[in-house]
Amino acid sequence: MTRGISWPALWLGIIGFGILYVPVTVMVIYSFNSSRLVSVWAGFSTKWYGELLENDAVLEALGKSLWVAVNAATLSTVFGVLIALAFVRLGNFRFRLLLSALASMPLVMPEVVTGLSLLLLFIAMEGLLGWPAGRGIDTIIIAHTTFGMCFAAVVVQSRLRDFDMSIEEAAADLGARQPYIFFSITLPVIAPAVIAAWLLAFTLSFDDLVIASFVSGPGSSTLPIVVFSKVRLGVTPEINALATIMILLVAASVVIASAIIYRNSAGRKAAAATGGSGHES
Amino acid sequence: MTGSPFIRISNVTRRFGDVVAVDDLSLDIDKGELFCLLGASGCGKTTLLRMLAGFESVDSGSIEIDGIDMSRVPPATRPVNIMFQNYALFPHMTVDSNIAYGLKRAGLPRAEIESRVTELLRLVRLSGMGGRKPHQLSGGQRQRVALARALARRPKLLLLDEPLAALDKKLREDTQFELVDIQERLETTFIVVTHDQEEAMTLASRIGVMDAGKLVQVDSPRTLYDRPKNSFIADFLGTVSFLEGKVKSAKGGMLQIDGPIPVTAVDPGGFAAGDDVRMAIRPEKISLSRESGGGVNEVKVMVEDMAFTGVASNYRVAGPGGVLLKLTQPNMRRGEPALEWEETGYAAFDPADVVLLRD
Ligand SMILES: Nc1ncnc2c1ncn2[C@@H]1O[C@H](COP(=O)(O)OP(=O)(O)OP(=O)(O)O)[C@@H](O)[C@H]1O
Ligand SMILES: [Mg+2]
Repeated sequence: MTRGISWPALWLGIIGFGILYVPVTVMVIYSFNSSRLVSVWAGFSTKWYGELLENDAVLEALGKSLWVAVNAATLSTVFGVLIALAFVRLGNFRFRLLLSALASMPLVMPEVVTGLSLLLLFIAMEGLLGWPAGRGIDTIIIAHTTFGMCFAAVVVQSRLRDFDMSIEEAAADLGARQPYIFFSITLPVIAPAVIAAWLLAFTLSFDDLVIASFVSGPGSSTLPIVVFSKVRLGVTPEINALATIMILLVAASVVIASAIIYRNSAGRKAAAATGGSGHES
Repeated sequence: MTGSPFIRISNVTRRFGDVVAVDDLSLDIDKGELFCLLGASGCGKTTLLRMLAGFESVDSGSIEIDGIDMSRVPPATRPVNIMFQNYALFPHMTVDSNIAYGLKRAGLPRAEIESRVTELLRLVRLSGMGGRKPHQLSGGQRQRVALARALARRPKLLLLDEPLAALDKKLREDTQFELVDIQERLETTFIVVTHDQEEAMTLASRIGVMDAGKLVQVDSPRTLYDRPKNSFIADFLGTVSFLEGKVKSAKGGMLQIDGPIPVTAVDPGGFAAGDDVRMAIRPEKISLSRESGGGVNEVKVMVEDMAFTGVASNYRVAGPGGVLLKLTQPNMRRGEPALEWEETGYAAFDPADVVLLRD
């Protein structure tokens, strides 16, 4: 094996990253364009960001999106942890494989299908139970939770799988009982995965357009819906500015999530590597 | 209530599917004992310990601790603490918090917890390390944190599952003495699991040797070594040479045994003329010299193999009929040079040192 640079691989890498990030970069640059015409550069300006701050419809949508994302992420994480616990702890129960396949189905389900089926469910429920009355913020939160928790479960499960069960037994041996053991031992140890799962679910919810358009009602448009309806009337630098802000938010949470996961696994590796070798003080 | 033992394990069985991990096992342990469970890998030691701690259910039989039946008592309320094979320290907590965890659960006042943690850290010689996390400690230090944590609630019974397995030889020997010391000072009953027979001998006041879920023999280390009940025990604890024969006569407390090597042995009772017997002799109980001494139990042998180990030399010699004897000679005799490879000499042993096995 030579450790030299493999040129074809390097080029493929550059092209890959280019495809990913050139359009985004162009958009970010044009959000600072002082001209109203999207394709003509007329000098640097931050006026679109200023205008955005005065646009009440956009600010309201941003507020709704954040509210939905925070709630959906929290619910997704709670359910995701429960699903993960069930799969890791209950051993080999009947239909385990089938159930775990079913649990990860929403990961690959076309969003249109998910959105449509949820819409039908909500309508049917409204007819039968009188709840949810119409569609709005609540239905979006529920919809986002249904797929967010599958992602959360996958993230938490991988951490829970190499969780050393004997530390829970040690806690029980020292006089603790459930749920105290869960909150004092299990949760702190899997906390990095839980936080990562929350951030992931937050991002997914904040980004989502398709499912939200199915299950939103009048007056409950989230930011992606507002952006999309604006784009249909033509791309403006204002939209570019809005999209740039969204990218920033999403990128920040993805970076934080990866940093937590990376730092945690690096820390565990380091701990394993120093195991046994002494460092007396 | 006097006379009833501190721990009474009666006819306990535990199965995992087809595997009988613990098989109809009964054992009594007294208060303040340091009891060692010794046995090969997979013989059910951990399973027995986990049943005592309450993590494993008992299929049949019963466990009593301090006169109380444990079948309905959950791990959290048993007067028992366990030190796990892998220590199972809480990775997100400091050494202090690890040790204090059980004390907080017991609802002790804060000042008392603090003073006990300090005292325990001193006991396991980790003073000043209370602020560290487990991953900042060496293997030996972690093991001592685990010990301190298990001792914190002052359990009546402490279970230790291969407590020293992860330590290197030197540290292990030091820690063995520390462990005995701590046990004597606290007067807690200890049950220590190990598969290292030397460790068991060093630590224990009594040893129970397990095989396939059963206790084969329970005795003091000396009795176990000098008077093994059967060839499994004799072979498991140290080196031994086996001899076969048939009892010719049993008279005056002595047995005359016929075989490739005729043997005179002290009769432990229960043998009669015509019985087939199997005997064991420890290597250090056999002497080897060039000249015949003319006593009983002397055979002419040829040195097949010899290994110098420092304090002693280990020999393998062949006697009549190709019977192999293993023997150890201390390297302290001056004057007479030690026997060498392929030399012939005389091996002899005392009738009292012949162990008659009941297989
Ligand atoms: N949870 C379990 N499920 C199935 N079989 C088990 C389980 N725990 C133990 N066994 C089986 O029971 C037997 C005894 O296991 P145990 O762990 O008690 O052995 P051990 O004496 O502690 O061995 P070691 O010295 O290797 O730790 C083994 O054959 C093991 O495979
Ligand atoms: Mg074991």
